[in-house]
Amino acid sequence: MSTDLHPPQGRVLGRSVARLEDPPLVTGRGRFVGDISFPRQLHMRMVRSPYAHAELRAVDVAVARAAPGIVAVWTAADIADLPPIDFRDPAGEALRPYRQPLLARDRLRYVGEPVAAVFATDAYLAEDAADLVTVEAEELPPILDAAGAPSSFAAGLSTEALVLRAGYGEVEAAFAAAHAVIALDLEIGRHSGVPLETRGALAHYDATRDVIELYGAAKVPHRNRDALARMFGRSAASVVLKEGSTGGGFGIRGELYPEDFLVCLAALRLARPVKWIEDRREHLMAANHSRQQRHRARVAVDAEGVVLALEDEFFLDQGAYVRTHGARVPEMTMAMLPGPYRIPAYRITGHFRLTNKTPAATYRAPGRYEGSFVRERLLDAVADRLGLDRVTVRRRNLIGAAEMPFTRSLSALGTDIVYDSGDYALLLDKALARIGWEKLQGELKRRRGKGELIGAGIGIFVDKGGLGPLDGTRISVDATGSVELVTGGSNVGQGFVTAMAQICADTLGVDYRRVRVVYGQTDRIQYGIGAHASRASVMTGGATHAAALKVRAKALEMAAALLQAGPDELDIVDGVVVHRDRPPGPLGGPSIALGEIARHLAPDSPLLGERDPGLSAEGWFRADHMTYPYGVQIAVVRVDRDTGEVTVERYLCAYDVGRSINPMLVEGQLVGGVVQGLGGALSEEFRYDERGEPLSVTLADYRMPTARDIPPIEILITEDAPSPLNPLGIKSAGEGGITPVGAVIAAAIDEAIGIPGAVRRLPMTPQRVKALLRAKADL
Amino acid sequence: MPGSTRETSVKPAPFAYQRPATIEDAVRLLGELAPHEGRVLAGGQSLVPIMAFRLARPAYLIDINAVAGLDRLFVRDGVLRIGARVRHAAFHRPVVDGPLGAMLAQVVRHVAHYPIRLRGTLCGSLAHADPAAEWGVVAATLDAELVAVGARGERRVAASDFFRGPMETALASDELLAEARLPVLPDDTRFGFAEFSRRAGDYALAMALAVLRIEAGTIAAPRLGLGGAEAAPRRIAAAEGLLRGEAPGEAVFRAAAEAAAAAIDPLEDPETDAQYRRELVEAMVFRALTQVCAGEAEA
Amino acid sequence: MTGPVDVTLTINGRSHAIRVEPRRTLLDAIRDECGLTGTHMGCEHGVCGACTVLVDGDPVRACLMFAVQAEGSNVRTVEGLAQGDALHALQRAFMAHHGVQCGFCTPGFLMLAAGALEREPDIGDAELLEVLSSNLCRCTGYQGIVAAVRAALAELREAGNEH
Repeated sequence: MSTDLHPPQGRVLGRSVARLEDPPLVTGRGRFVGDISFPRQLHMRMVRSPYAHAELRAVDVAVARAAPGIVAVWTAADIADLPPIDFRDPAGEALRPYRQPLLARDRLRYVGEPVAAVFATDAYLAEDAADLVTVEAEELPPILDAAGAPSSFAAGLSTEALVLRAGYGEVEAAFAAAHAVIALDLEIGRHSGVPLETRGALAHYDATRDVIELYGAAKVPHRNRDALARMFGRSAASVVLKEGSTGGGFGIRGELYPEDFLVCLAALRLARPVKWIEDRREHLMAANHSRQQRHRARVAVDAEGVVLALEDEFFLDQGAYVRTHGARVPEMTMAMLPGPYRIPAYRITGHFRLTNKTPAATYRAPGRYEGSFVRERLLDAVADRLGLDRVTVRRRNLIGAAEMPFTRSLSALGTDIVYDSGDYALLLDKALARIGWEKLQGELKRRRGKGELIGAGIGIFVDKGGLGPLDGTRISVDATGSVELVTGGSNVGQGFVTAMAQICADTLGVDYRRVRVVYGQTDRIQYGIGAHASRASVMTGGATHAAALKVRAKALEMAAALLQAGPDELDIVDGVVVHRDRPPGPLGGPSIALGEIARHLAPDSPLLGERDPGLSAEGWFRADHMTYPYGVQIAVVRVDRDTGEVTVERYLCAYDVGRSINPMLVEGQLVGGVVQGLGGALSEEFRYDERGEPLSVTLADYRMPTARDIPPIEILITEDAPSPLNPLGIKSAGEGGITPVGAVIAAAIDEAIGIPGAVRRLPMTPQRVKALLRAKADL
Repeated sequence: MPGSTRETSVKPAPFAYQRPATIEDAVRLLGELAPHEGRVLAGGQSLVPIMAFRLARPAYLIDINAVAGLDRLFVRDGVLRIGARVRHAAFHRPVVDGPLGAMLAQVVRHVAHYPIRLRGTLCGSLAHADPAAEWGVVAATLDAELVAVGARGERRVAASDFFRGPMETALASDELLAEARLPVLPDDTRFGFAEFSRRAGDYALAMALAVLRIEAGTIAAPRLGLGGAEAAPRRIAAAEGLLRGEAPGEAVFRAAAEAAAAAIDPLEDPETDAQYRRELVEAMVFRALTQVCAGEAEA
Repeated sequence: MTGPVDVTLTINGRSHAIRVEPRRTLLDAIRDECGLTGTHMGCEHGVCGACTVLVDGDPVRACLMFAVQAEGSNVRTVEGLAQGDALHALQRAFMAHHGVQCGFCTPGFLMLAAGALEREPDIGDAELLEVLSSNLCRCTGYQGIVAAVRAALAELREAGNEH
C-alpha cells in the first residue's frame, strides 16, 4: 500500500497520508539515544555474570579501577542503599521477593546478570576495563525446566512464585457429559522482540534546576519517570524523561532495567553525563525474553464439535527474576485464551515459575500468541478427532455478532473482559473468500496427489487494545496558525505522530502537516500513558479528538463574534474559519485564519473580553474497558521432504480494526507483526545448554527472518465492527499481525506432512519437522 | 571457585597496524610479527567479528589490501590463479569460459551476502577454514593447489592436506595464503552444487559439489565433495566409487548419496544431530548429482 | 604502536582529519569522530547491515572495517545521499511506499540499495531480493522496503532511458 499524496482538502482521517516522521529518518537525521552526546560524558559498561546460577563470593575490581580512563567501578556494595526494581503496576506481595537488584548481591541467577558497572571516558576503554574485573562464585545447579518440580529460589521461597487461577462455569459437569475429550501437551519456545536498535540510556544531571534528564526512554515515559523518582527518593518533577527517535519497541524497550537506574545514579554521583549503549550480545541475554510456556490443555466437546469446556494448566518460564510487569503475561494468557469462541465453561491454572534464564516479560501480543497457539491447536484436534472440517468446527463455536457486547467472566490488566463489538463469522467469510478457500483446497489436494508436502492452516483470534483508564492531551494554536499537540505518548516506529496529527487535523480543520506532535517529554505534560498494549490510537487518539473539539469550539465562538455570524454557520477548512454557505473569495463570505483568532485571544488582546486567553484546550478520554479487534489468518506452507524446511507460499492476514486512522500504517503494523510471528513459529529461539549457558547470543544464532524468508503477505483490513467505546470507533492494530501466526503455521505444517496434530511445539525448525517426517516414515 | 568473566566484548582489543605495499614487505612483517600475535587482514569479514568478540586478539594486523600483485586473477597453463586479494564478488560473472567459471558463479551466490562478498576474499575464506564455507568444498573437490608464502619461501599444499579441522589449516602462523589454484575444467565437464542452510546466506549445514564427465554414456572422473558436514571439506571416495563407470540415473545417484551420508564423521551441535546431518548430506548429494544431469534423459 | 594515529577520512566529499586507535572501527569513527550519526550500529558483528555505507561505491559493513583502512577511499553515508534538497529516488520511494517505521535500519538499506543499483543498473528482481536479504529489519516485515526499492529502480531506469 502506498502513500496517498493528495488527500482531498481537509479530510485525512482514514487516509494513507505520508508519515510526518519520515523525512528526518530517510536523511539520517534521526535522534536515537546513541546519536546524542554530551561534553565530558562517561561511558558505562556492564560486567555480567558468566554463570547461570552461583553463590557470588567476590567481585574483584581493583585492577579495573586502576585501568586507563576509568573513573569508577561499582558493585552491589557501592549501591547498597538502593532497593530492587519495583513493579510498574501494583503487584501482589507474593512477588516482591523476586524482584531484580540493580547489581547482583549474593546470588547470580542468569548468564548476563549485571554484576558490576564500569564508568570510563571512552567506550573502548570501558570494555577493556570490564575485561579486568573478576567474578568469584561457586556454581550451583541451574534450574532450566519451568514445568519440573519447583525448587528453592532462596530461603523460604519457592521457584514457583505464584499460582494464578481463573475460570467460570461448570467445568467438571461438562467433561463428564462430553461426547469426546481431547488433551494436548503444547510448548511455545522462548523468543522475543529483538528490535534493531539495542537498548540505551543517557543521563544528564542539571544542577541549576536539580533535574536528572534521561534520554533513551520509550514506551511509558511518565510511569518510568515516577519509578525512577521513587527509587532515588526525589520528586517526580526532578526527573525528566526525554524521548527522541526509537528503534523499535515491541514491548521489550521501555521497561525499566538495572542499566536505566544506574546511569541516572552515576550522573548524580559522578557529576558527569553518563551514556550506556547496549551491544547486541548483551541484548540477547539481558533484555526481556518472552513467550516460553508449556500448556497441558484439554477440551470437552459434543458430537458436533461444540466446545463444552476448556481446561488448561500451564507453566510460564519467567527466568531469573520478576521484572516490572509482575504477573501481567500469565494474566493476559489466561484472560484471552478462549478467544472468539463461546467456551461455556473454562478453568485455567497458571504456574509462574522462576528459572535460571534471562528474565521474561511482555512481547507484542503477550499471552495471546501463546494462548492462540493452544486454543487453535485444540480446535484443530477436535476437527480431526470428530472427522469434521476445521472451518466448520470453528464456525460452530464462534460468538455471534448478536451476542455483543459479550462478557467473559474474566479480568486482566485491572479491567473486565467484555468484547465490545465484533462479527467474527463475517470476517471469517471475507477471509475465506479473499483467499479462495474452496479452490485452494482443491489445488492443494491436487499438488499433494503429485507428492508435494503442502497444506493450509487457519486461525481465528481476538486481540485487545485501548487500555485505559484515562489519557489527556493539550492542543494550542499559535499566531502563525501552527498547531501544537502535546501528548504523553511514545513513538516506537509505529507512526504515532502521524496518526495523532491526522485525528487533530480532521477534527480541528487544519492541514495535518501543520500539526506538531510532542511525545515522550515528561516535562511538557503532567500525565501520559506512553504507547503499549495497542492503546495509543484509542486513548491518546480519543483525548486528541476531545481537545481538538474544544479548540474548535473556542475558535468558532471567537470567530462568530468577529465575523458576526452564528457558530453553526461557520466551518474550519485548512486552518481558516469560513462561512459554510458563503465560501471565501473576492465577492464571497468573510473568513478568518486560526492564527489571527489566536492573536485575538492573546492575554493582551483588546478583544479578549472575559474569555480565558489562548486558542488552546486540554482534552481527556476515559475508558473503563478495552476494545477488542479481531482477526482471521490463513497460511499455505510447503515442506521439503528431505530437509524438513518449511516454505510459506502464501499468507493472508484479515483484521477488523473498528476504524482505521491511516490504512497504510495499519498494514505496516500487520505485515511487521506477521513476519515476527513467522520468526517465532519457524526459527527464533533462545536456547540454553544443560549448564544454563545461552546459545543464541549473536544474530547468527538467533535467526530472524530476512527479505527472502517471507511469503507474499496479503492484508485485508475491515471496519465492520467499530468500537462503541470511543467516538471514532477505533480499536487499534498494533498487535494483531502476530497473534495467531504460531497456530496457523502449525496447522499448515500438520496438513502438509499429513500428520494431524503433529506440531506441538514452536519453533518448528527444519530438524524438528524432519524428525516428524522420519517418525511417520518409520511407522 | 575463582573464575573470570567470559569474553562478552564487541570492540576489539588494541593492536598495531601495518599496511605493506609489496609482498616482500608483507612476508617480512609476518615473519617478524607472527610470533608476537601478528595476523593477516584481508577482507576482514570473518576476522573482524571474531576480533570484536575478542575471541582473537592479534597484537598486530598486517593489512594486505594494498599489496601489489595479490589481486591477480588469471589463467595460465590450464590453471586459474586466484590471488589473496581477489574478492568473492569477482566471481559473480564467470571469470573464465567454460564449466569452471560457471561453477564459481553459481557457488558464489551462496557465499554470505552481497556486501560481504564485495569485501571478503576467496583466499581469506580458505585460510579461515570454517568447515561450512563454500570455497572450501570447491577447493577440496577440485584438488586445488594452495600457495603459501612465508619467510622460508613459497610452498604448495594440496587441498587434501590443507584443511586440518575447524578453523585449522596447514598454514604456519608466519605464512600467508598468496594464491589458490583451480584447474580449468574440460569443456564437457558437468557439475552440480547443492547447499542447505537455515536462511539464505547462513553457513551451510551441508553442501555437496559433484563434478563429472560422461563418456560413452557412463560417468567418468567423478568428484564428489562435501562441506559443512564434517570438521573439514573433502572428497568422498566411497560415493565416487559408486558413480564411476555407471550410467547416470536416479538409482545410481541415490546409492552414491547414501554412501556419502554413511561415510561422514558428522559434526554435531544441539540444532543438528548426527542423524539429521546424514539426512542432509544424503539430500544435498542427491540434488547435486541430479543437477549434473538436469535435462538429460535417464540412461 | 597501538595508540592513536592520524587518519583522514573522505566522507560525502569532505575531509575529516581525525586521530584514532587502529582498532577503532570505521563505524565508530564515522559516528563519533566525524559526528555523522545517520549510520547506525545494530550488532557490531557484521550481520544486521544497519551500518552499511559505500566505500568507493561498494556497499560494505562499516563495523567490519577499521577507520585506518578507509584512508584514501571515498566513503558515502546516508547524509550524502540527497543532492542538496533534492532527495534521492530511493529516499522518496521509501516514504511513498511505507518502507520506514522506526527508521533504525533505514540508512543501511538506503546505502545498500543505492550501492547495488549503481553497481548493477541492470539487476534483475531475484538478484535485487537477494541483495535486500542482506540486511535485517524488525518493524516492516520487508514488504514496504522491497516495494520502495523496486519503485526507485523503475524510476531510475526510466530516467536513464530518457537520456
